[in-house]
Amino acid sequence: MKKAVIFSMVTALVMATVAAVQAQQRDGISIVGSSTVYPFATVVAEKFGKAGTFKAPKIESTGTGGGFKLFCGGVGIQHPDISNASRAIKASEFEACRKNGVTDIVEVKIGYDGIVVANSKKTPALKLTSKDIFLALAKEVPDPKGGENLVANPYKTWKDVNASLPNVKIEVLGPPPTSGTRDAFIELAMEPGALKFEPLKKLSKEDAKKFTKLFSSIREDGAYIEAGENDNLIVQKLGANPNALGIFGFSFLDQNTDKIQGSFVDGNQPTFENIASGKYPLSRPLFFYVKKAHVGVIPGIKEYLAEFTSEKAWGKDGYLSEKGLIPMPDAERKQVAENVKATKAMTEVK
Amino acid sequence: MNNTLSPPAASPPRRTIEIVNRSLKRRYRAERRFRFYGLLAIMLSVLFLALLFASIVGKGYSAFWQTSIRLAIFFDPEVIKKDTLVNADYAALVRESLFKRFPQVEERQDKRQLTSMLSSGSVYRLRDMVLQDPDLVGKTAEVWLPADDDMDMLIKGHFRRDLPESERRVSDKQIAWIERLEAEGRLERRFNTMFLTAGDSREPELAGIWGAVSGSFFTLVITLVLSFPIGVAAAVYLEEFAKKNRWTDLIEVNINNLAAVPSIVFGLLGLAVFLNFFGLPRSAPLVGGLVLTLMTLPTIIIASRSALTAVPPSIREAALGVGASKMQMVVHHVLPLALPGMLTGTIIGMARALGESAPLLMIGMVAFIVDIPKGFTDSATVLPVQIYLWADSPERAFVERTSAAIMVLLAFLVVMNAGAIILRKKFERRW
Repeated sequence: MKKAVIFSMVTALVMATVAAVQAQQRDGISIVGSSTVYPFATVVAEKFGKAGTFKAPKIESTGTGGGFKLFCGGVGIQHPDISNASRAIKASEFEACRKNGVTDIVEVKIGYDGIVVANSKKTPALKLTSKDIFLALAKEVPDPKGGENLVANPYKTWKDVNASLPNVKIEVLGPPPTSGTRDAFIELAMEPGALKFEPLKKLSKEDAKKFTKLFSSIREDGAYIEAGENDNLIVQKLGANPNALGIFGFSFLDQNTDKIQGSFVDGNQPTFENIASGKYPLSRPLFFYVKKAHVGVIPGIKEYLAEFTSEKAWGKDGYLSEKGLIPMPDAERKQVAENVKATKAMTEVK
Repeated sequence: MNNTLSPPAASPPRRTIEIVNRSLKRRYRAERRFRFYGLLAIMLSVLFLALLFASIVGKGYSAFWQTSIRLAIFFDPEVIKKDTLVNADYAALVRESLFKRFPQVEERQDKRQLTSMLSSGSVYRLRDMVLQDPDLVGKTAEVWLPADDDMDMLIKGHFRRDLPESERRVSDKQIAWIERLEAEGRLERRFNTMFLTAGDSREPELAGIWGAVSGSFFTLVITLVLSFPIGVAAAVYLEEFAKKNRWTDLIEVNINNLAAVPSIVFGLLGLAVFLNFFGLPRSAPLVGGLVLTLMTLPTIIIASRSALTAVPPSIREAALGVGASKMQMVVHHVLPLALPGMLTGTIIGMARALGESAPLLMIGMVAFIVDIPKGFTDSATVLPVQIYLWADSPERAFVERTSAAIMVLLAFLVVMNAGAIILRKKFERRW
């Protein structure tokens, strides 16, 4: 008898906890999304939280695609309020959002990130072109003997690729296919590189699908080594192997300038100034997306947006630039900040 | 054949003792070799363990010290007004004090470099001081403020001073200022209390593990409270009451299977059941504890069952023989004897749960959380996740903090496993 009472009490307690938890109002912002935006968003979140008025937002690094999946899950406290992205939202994702009732989304572009191809300081910096990068890393390249045939990548050393490059083995450590950095690298370096070849240019017009497959297939014969999502690991490996190159985000170069250097790409080195001015070709915009239905419901979203888009955060000398975010030009910043202030929702995906 | 002339070794042995004596040397040799292999295996494991510890401790011990700079701060009543105690411009106080100490620094660029030598966290330190003791306003106090992580790395020797200026993150001027502060006794490596008491931060010098430790604590409390009673009850029923038939066999196979399932699978299950179906909050230790309960349950059930089988049947028979009911026999006699073994299994299961991060990924506990969790439904992360997040951060100073966090995790694991061994040694009975 006594035990039955205890048992029913425990059951009731568990049920009550579950009910209480479900009914509870969330008092902090929940953010998901890109691991590239993560280091910047976390800095803002921390400053925002330590200012004392609101709880610091919780930020999960789920990757851009994973972030949108959660973000577009619906409206309500169990779904995140903001999704960070290292690329613009895709039409399919926008559609998925709408289907689940997430109709009003505010897009906030926050600045640029550079992708660097770096090597150890023990050897001289490489002067690459997008054509070299394509030839060194693509799975199939135009036949070096001429003609329109495609052959499996025959290049073993950088000198094979381009006579002005040193005679060392091609060895590139880079992100795996799940990474947004790899997507951006393919789009910014491999595609323009492939377009330097006349036959491929023709192919891009005739059969866009086949062309896309061509430039986005990275060789799998050991010259390109998938090093996981951990950029620190790549930096460490570059220190140990002076002949290897690594592909990662600019902030890791910025933090390790004593050990590694960025290769020139199309004549420009990845410096803060070169990326900001657009001279360095491998740079991409970063975004975050806000669920408008949550603004005003979850406390602090408006204030978090204001903090992120303030000059002391994303401005030229702001604290985000210290962490490696490349600020947008003044006019663009002003424009985006105004949109954010008015929480202007996007109407369609460009 | 001439028997007398041939040497004895060549003749075939006739007596057993001769056969034994002949092979004795070889057998001794084989035994010595066998022992040596065993010793070698142990030595190799110890060597790897020593290497692991040496590399972690070697990298991580310095994180327990943090470079700090002592400044004379004037708590200017002009800056801190009564109604703005919380959000007064404390950074201005730090700037003012620095510029007073280095009056020759005039250019804007240099001033920026000078102020960047101090951590952005010094502002919060000053704010907390004033909030604790509002009488400070109007007075001057000598305050130790944390230095920026770049300065910290320079002092700890992780940045080389002999490199050209463009290749290091600390400028020549800053090095000169640092050296002057050092000479004046205003720069010191002090014990890093921040590391043990603060939550996560993106500034290495402000980052601490207390948030992760509390998260781990809340998660493990849930895991223990749920998995121990359920595990023991399941084991007792299966071992003492259940009939041996096809159903119990099936259940046993499934429990053994579950113990070997990769932990990420439990995370997926947690996502589907606890988050999507029951609507429990993301990133909460409550859900983390539930998921880890699923993961540790098989371990505890298996350990508890073997503890129960180790209790000799004579005890059961004696209890039944003097008229105890089956439940009395289990509760009064078998369970107390099996409990040390069950506890050992539980502690080992808990230790595994403490080191687990993969299942927590799916339920949102791999996240940047500044605030220290205060309850079971606050957003939280756990120790191994904190290690993973720091290992992934670009700032150099996080390298030593990662290793230091591993040291803390290892310390907890060692304490738990040692506890398991002590329990076993103290209460275990052999028959």
